[in-house]
Amino acid sequence: MALTLSRRAFLTASAGTSALAFAGMGARQAAAQVRTSAKIVIIGAGAAGASLASRLSQRLDGAQITVIDARQRHLYQPGFTLIAAGLKPADYAVSQTEDWLPPDARWIEERAAEIDPEAKTVTTEGGTAVAYDYLVVAAGLTLNYEQIEGMSTELIGKDGIGSVYASPEAAEATWREMDRFTDQGGVGLFFRPATEMKCAGAPLKYTFLTDDYARRKGNRGKTEIVYAAHSKSLFGVPIVNEKVRMLYDERGFDVRYEHVIKAIDPGTKTATFTTPEGDTEIGFDFINVIPPMSAPAVVRNSPLPWADRWVGQGYVEVDPHTLRHRRYPEVFAVGDVAGVPKGKTAASVKWQVPVVEDQLVAQIAGGRSEQTYNGYTSCPLITRVGRAMLIEFDYDNNLVPSFPGVIAPLEELWISWLMKEIALKATYNAMLRGRA
Amino acid sequence: MKELTLGTLIAVLEEMFGQPLFWALVVAAGLITLGFIYVLVRDRSLRSRWFLRAELVAPIGAVAAIWFVFFITRSGLGDIGGPIDVIALIAIGLAGAVGLTFLAYTVQALTGRRENAH
Repeated sequence: MALTLSRRAFLTASAGTSALAFAGMGARQAAAQVRTSAKIVIIGAGAAGASLASRLSQRLDGAQITVIDARQRHLYQPGFTLIAAGLKPADYAVSQTEDWLPPDARWIEERAAEIDPEAKTVTTEGGTAVAYDYLVVAAGLTLNYEQIEGMSTELIGKDGIGSVYASPEAAEATWREMDRFTDQGGVGLFFRPATEMKCAGAPLKYTFLTDDYARRKGNRGKTEIVYAAHSKSLFGVPIVNEKVRMLYDERGFDVRYEHVIKAIDPGTKTATFTTPEGDTEIGFDFINVIPPMSAPAVVRNSPLPWADRWVGQGYVEVDPHTLRHRRYPEVFAVGDVAGVPKGKTAASVKWQVPVVEDQLVAQIAGGRSEQTYNGYTSCPLITRVGRAMLIEFDYDNNLVPSFPGVIAPLEELWISWLMKEIALKATYNAMLRGRA
Repeated sequence: MKELTLGTLIAVLEEMFGQPLFWALVVAAGLITLGFIYVLVRDRSLRSRWFLRAELVAPIGAVAAIWFVFFITRSGLGDIGGPIDVIALIAIGLAGAVGLTFLAYTVQALTGRRENAH
């Protein structure tokens, strides 16, 4: 909201302010570049990969930056919830990968198939071997729908089955099912996987939004909302968990703990969960399926993952503060694929990318960087259309509000909703260009 | 926000409106301000008749600004949840009111002068 206020202030600003603004831009671009002929390979052109490519191209002079990613479409994933809430069309989250990559970066439009950190090469699916001096793994993560028995992405949008995560089109299909469900009533079933996941707030938000629509339509009376938590809590950060627990109670949600999704039967409209007391079935009229997630196969099958943490999920073994690989010092991981305890969100990317940039540039220049990542992540936890709680925390589960004393972190506020609705995508786009 | 510098803010605003529209708005705001300063210097005073009329449209500016923000964010008065929301609402209203007052005064002063010249 500070942004909106500033916008207003800007609109009434004098020509003097504009001149100042230009001066500010000049200062930013004048930051000293480091000359190098280093070969830098970035796997992935998503939020982390594109942002880092932009920033490195600004900081380095002469570096050969190669981005490997087969996807033509760039997806603004934080927008998926808004699409699935019927507030934005599917194309709101879609842009072109080429629009975000800096002109001096080389883009190989193929999937990375193999990483060999000993030989320092990445081999693409087409068989091209790309040698690197420095490697940044920004490959994101994989949604493993097949790990839920009976589930596949083809079911999304039919028989009450929704899944916000799969794609913008799936988010839109989920909205059609949620819209129908909140018209008709019945049991709405919500859960999250037991694995690490993108934006752990998203399953909670969508539960709130479904409740909100049912209320607005006057159908909350014939609607039951069940939230099956995979652990003994609703959210990993204790202070946030307590607040969400209170709100869920207030909204009348039926919360079941220690329920891990196992199977979905679209025919009988039941979901099976593994619980400490054995398997249990819950019937649904609408379900938001969030699949187990893991690092992509190319990373999982490489020597890069942790051997003893997130076993089977394959996240890259990096130092949590520098994001540098613990065994291969010329390798970094950023974004969802990084094996760090928190932060699989675009907000984390925004905090991680400048750290990796500075660490890498310092390494190239033969120096050391003091910049570190503290685990910051942020989640505008929507509690209804028009209100959200701006939740920001770090590795230590501390709340780290950006606007302390101004925007209260655990309060349902309109201003936090404004930020999600209007400022976030703009900030994200500016981040991709290396400008925020 | 990690570093909310002016450069970052401009980058975000450019993305929000699109670069051409954002700078067109900045230029428009600059021109209105310059126009206002010009008529002040020209007349060497604030004409109370024009200013009073300009002030009359202030509430319209305030309501329009608030309505616009509610409209584009699909929210309403019922979503106001805490003190900062009220402050933000007042600030948006104030910006709309002040903006339209300046615009109205400047337009009157500029067109009024032309009529006098006839």
